[in-house]
Amino acid sequence: MLAWTIYLSFAGALLEALLPKSKPALARVVALAVALAGLVLAVMGFAAGAGSGYTRVVITDAAWIPTMGIRYTLAADGISLVLVLLTGLAAVAGILFSWNVELRTNEFFAFYLALIGGVYGVFLSADLFLLFVFYEIAIVPKYFLIAIWGSTRREYGAMKLALYSFVGSAMVLIGLLAAYALSGSHSTGLVELAHAGLPVHDQMWLFPLVFVGFGILAGMWPFHTWAPTGHVAAPTAASMLLAGVVMKLGAYGCLRVAMGLFPHGMDPWGFTFLGIGSWRDVFAVLAVIGIVYGALVALVQSDFKFVIGYSSVSHMGFVLLGLMTLNQIGMDGAVLQMFSHGVIAGLLFAIVGRIVYDRTHTRELAELEKMHLGKRMPFAAWAFVIAGVASMGLPGFSGFVAELQVLVGSWYADPWWTAATGVGIVIGVAYTWRALQKAFFSDRLPTADEHPKTGWPKFDAITWPEVAGVGMLLAASLFVGLYPRILLNAIEPAVKAMLAGGMQ
Amino acid sequence: MNYGDLFRVTLPETMLEVAALLVLVVDLGFLRKAKQQTRAALAVLLGVLGCTAALVTMPLQAQGGLTYPGSGDVLLAAGGSAAVAQAGVLVLTVLALFLLIDSTFTRHAGEFVAVTLMSAAGGMLIAAAQDLLVIFVGLELLSLGLYIVTAFAKQSGRSAEAAMKYYLFGGMSAAFLLFGFSYLYGITGSTNLHRVMLGLYMPQAAHAAPLVYIALVMIAAGLGFKVAAVPFHLWAPDAYEGAPAPGAAFIASVSKVASFALLISIGTAAWHVFDGMHGRVEVVAQFSLNPPPVYLGFRNAWSELLMVLAAVSMVLGNLAALAQTNVRRLLAYSAIAHAGYMLLGLAFFSYSPRSAQAILYYVLTYGLTTVGAFGVVAVVENRTGSANMDAFLGLSKRSPMLAAVLLVLFLSLAGIPPLVGFWAKFNLFAAVLGVYPAGWGLGLVVVAVAMSAVSLYYYLQVLKRAYVMPAVDESRMQTHPVTLLMLMLVAAGVVALGCFPALLQGWMQSFYAGL
Repeated sequence: MLAWTIYLSFAGALLEALLPKSKPALARVVALAVALAGLVLAVMGFAAGAGSGYTRVVITDAAWIPTMGIRYTLAADGISLVLVLLTGLAAVAGILFSWNVELRTNEFFAFYLALIGGVYGVFLSADLFLLFVFYEIAIVPKYFLIAIWGSTRREYGAMKLALYSFVGSAMVLIGLLAAYALSGSHSTGLVELAHAGLPVHDQMWLFPLVFVGFGILAGMWPFHTWAPTGHVAAPTAASMLLAGVVMKLGAYGCLRVAMGLFPHGMDPWGFTFLGIGSWRDVFAVLAVIGIVYGALVALVQSDFKFVIGYSSVSHMGFVLLGLMTLNQIGMDGAVLQMFSHGVIAGLLFAIVGRIVYDRTHTRELAELEKMHLGKRMPFAAWAFVIAGVASMGLPGFSGFVAELQVLVGSWYADPWWTAATGVGIVIGVAYTWRALQKAFFSDRLPTADEHPKTGWPKFDAITWPEVAGVGMLLAASLFVGLYPRILLNAIEPAVKAMLAGGMQ
Repeated sequence: MNYGDLFRVTLPETMLEVAALLVLVVDLGFLRKAKQQTRAALAVLLGVLGCTAALVTMPLQAQGGLTYPGSGDVLLAAGGSAAVAQAGVLVLTVLALFLLIDSTFTRHAGEFVAVTLMSAAGGMLIAAAQDLLVIFVGLELLSLGLYIVTAFAKQSGRSAEAAMKYYLFGGMSAAFLLFGFSYLYGITGSTNLHRVMLGLYMPQAAHAAPLVYIALVMIAAGLGFKVAAVPFHLWAPDAYEGAPAPGAAFIASVSKVASFALLISIGTAAWHVFDGMHGRVEVVAQFSLNPPPVYLGFRNAWSELLMVLAAVSMVLGNLAALAQTNVRRLLAYSAIAHAGYMLLGLAFFSYSPRSAQAILYYVLTYGLTTVGAFGVVAVVENRTGSANMDAFLGLSKRSPMLAAVLLVLFLSLAGIPPLVGFWAKFNLFAAVLGVYPAGWGLGLVVVAVAMSAVSLYYYLQVLKRAYVMPAVDESRMQTHPVTLLMLMLVAAGVVALGCFPALLQGWMQSFYAGL
C-alpha cells in the first residue's frame, strides 16, 4: 500500500504535465488531491506499522535486472515510516503555500510531484541500486523548480544545488559500484550487501566516501554552501521541500547506506591525531562545527531567508551528530530531529517566503524593520513567534525532544561534543530572537520620509491555504513535542536493529 | 569457398546494396519530375524497406559465419556481438534516414539514401569481420560513404570544409591502420585476427617486440580516429557541425556502433586466441621458449593503450564540451567523452561476453539517444537557422513536445536515472570493476563517474535555455509529424529501456545463446 505513495506522485506529475496551461486552478486542486492521498497513505502505513511492532516489512519485491541480481524491493521499517510521514506532511504543506503560483502552474506541480515521488522512493527502497535511482530522480526537478520559479540569483542557486547534488551522488555511485564489485555479491539489496562481509580495509575508504556523498545533501559542513543559496533562491514550496525532506534524503542515506553497509568504516584507525581517532570522530566534529558555524553565520545575516537557510545547516548538524553517537538514544534523537526539523524548517520558510515576502516583496531585515509587521501582519508575527520558539528547542515542541536526545547521546559518546554543541544552542536562541525582533517587533520608528503620506498600504489578507498550512505544521510539531512516544515507538526498534547489525 | 556460402552470410549487406541501387533507379528514373517532398519521402521509404529486409534476412545467415575452406579460419562472424551490432546498425540507419524527411539541404534525397545504405553495409561488414583485410575494406566502405554524406549540403561552405577535414584525417588514419596491419601480417604471417593474436605470443613476435608496439600504436591511431578518441578527435566537432543533420546523426550513431563492434571483435580475439580457428594449430612446444621478460603479447600493451585513450578522451571531451556554445559541437565533444567511457570498458575486457555486452548495450543506447538528439537539433536548426544554444530559447513554449524529448534525451546522455543512459553507464562501469576492482580499474572508473558529474553542467546549459530562460520568439515551432513521432518514439524507448533494462539485455543475450 505504501508503494502507492510513489506511483501516485509520479502519476500525478505526468497528469499535471498534460493538463492545459490555461487552468491553473485545476492544476492546484489536482496537486493537492495527489499530495493528500499520499499523506493519507503515509498515515495509514504508519498506523499499520504499529501492528507489526514497526519491524522491517517488505512491501514489494520483484526481479528487475536479473543478470546483476538487482531487485525492485521496497520495504519499510520504523525509520522509513517516520520519514514517509514527514514527506506526506511536507508535500501537502508545500502545495498549500504555493497556492498563489500563477506562472506555468501545471509545470510547477509536475516537477513538484516528481520530486516528491523520488523522495518517497528513497525512503522506501530496500535495494541500493533502486535507492540510488530514486535519489537521482529527485535532483532534476529541484533544478527546474528553483531555476524557473525562484527569486534571488535563481539560476546560480539552482545550478549550484544541482552540481553539488550530482557530485554527491557520483561519490555514492562509486561507493555502490565498488561495494558491488568488491563484495563479490550478486545482489544490490541493502540487507544482502550488509551481510556480504566487505573487508574492513575497503569499508575504511567506502564509508567516508559514501557518508560525504550523502552528507553533501544533508548540509554537512564544509559542503553545506549549496544550502543557503539554494534555499534563498528557491520558491517557497521548493525551499520547504529542500529543508523539509531533501536534506533528510542525505541524512537518511548516511544512516541507511554509509553506516548500514560499511559499519567497520567507523572503527578506530589505530592512531589518534588531535584527539581524532576514527572517521566517526571526524564526522562528529564536522557536525559540531556545522551546528556552531551555521548558528553564528545566521546571526549576522541581513536577508531574512538566509537566516533560516543557515539555521537549517545548524539543525542538520544535530542529525549528523546524533548519527555519530552510535548509541540508541543519540540515534533515536537524530531520526526524530529529521522529522522535527522537516516540519519546523518548512514552517519557517513558509512564513518568510510566502506569507511575508509575497506581500512585502523584500526580505531585507533592515527594510522589514521599518514596516511594523507585528501590527500589520499579526498572523505572520505570531506564527513566526511560535515557529521560532519551536526552532529554538523549547519544551513542548518536537525540536526539544529531538535535540535533547541527541545531546544526551553525544554526552555518552564524548562530553566535549555536547559542550561545544551547547554553545550552538545558545546562539540559536540569539539568531532566532534577532530575526524575530527585527522583522516583526522592531520599535524603531519610521522617519518622516519613510512614512507613507496616505498611511500604510493594506497587505493582502491571509488566505485559507496559508492558515491551513501553518496550522497543520504547527500541530504536527506540537503533537510530537507533547507526545513523542508516537514516533519513538517506531524509531526505537529500527535503530536497535541497525545497532545490532554491526554498528557499535 | 563457394559463392553460395558467401551469399548466405552477406545476405543482409546484399539487401542493403540492392535497396541502394533500387533507390537510385526509382529516384533518378521515375521521379525526376516529382515534387521534392515526394522524392524524399519515397527515397526514405525505400531505404527503410531495405534496412527492414536486411533485418529480416539476418536470421538466415549461415551459422558459424563464413570460413576459409582450407584452414577453417573465420572471415566473417555470425551471431553473438556481431549480430547484435549489425541489428543495431540497421535500426539506427532507419532512424537517421527518417530525419531526411524534414530536411531541405539537398534536392537529391535518393542519392543521399543510396550512399547512406552503402555506408551502412560497410558498417555491417566491419561489425562481423575477423580478418585484417576484410576489416580494412569494410572500414573504407563505411568511411567513404561518411565523407560523401558529410559534404552533402552543397550550398553550405561549412559542410564542404567539414568533409574536407574529415576526409584528410580519415585518409591519414586509414594509412596508419594499414601500416599497422602490414606489420602484424609481417610478424605473424596471417591476416586472420585469431591467428594474428596467437602469433603475437610466439617467439618471433617477442623478438620483434618494438615492431609489435609500433603496429599497435598505429592501429590504435587508425581506430581511435573512427571512434573519435582523443587525440584523434579533431575532425569530430567540425564534422558534427558541418554535416547535414541526418548525416551527422548517422556518423554519430551508426559509425560508432560499427567501430565499437570492431574493437569488441579485436578484444574478443585477444582473449579467445584459440577459438577462431577450426584447422590445425601448431603451437605445441613453442610456449616453452621463454620470451624476453618485457614482452607480454598483445593484451597488456593494447589494454594500456586503450586506458590512456579512454582517460584523456573522458577528461578532455567533457572539459571541452563545457566551453561550447553550439549544440552540435557540444554533442561532438560529448560523443568524445562517451567514447572514452566505452574505451574504458574495452581496456578492461573480460573473457566472458559480459564486457562485450556492456559495451554493446552502451553504444546501442547511446546511438539511439544521439540520433534523437540530432533530430531535435535538426528541427530547431531548420526553424531558427542556427544550432547555437540560444536558438533553443523558450523551446518549452514553442514546442512543448520537442522540449520534452530534448529533456529526456539530454538527461539520459548525462546519465540520470531512470533513463537508459544511467543504466548503460552503471552496467559498463560494473563490468570494468568486475574485471579489475582495484588499482587502475577502480581509479579510472572514479574518473569516469566524476567526469559524468561534470557533463551534467553542459547538458543543463541547453535544457536551461529550453525551459528556464525567457523566450525571444514565442511563435509556435512546427515539426513534421513523422519526425515528431519518430522523436517521441525514441524518447519513449529511452525511458522504457531505462526502466526495464532487462528488455534489451534479454534480446542481446538471445544472440549469444547459440554460440
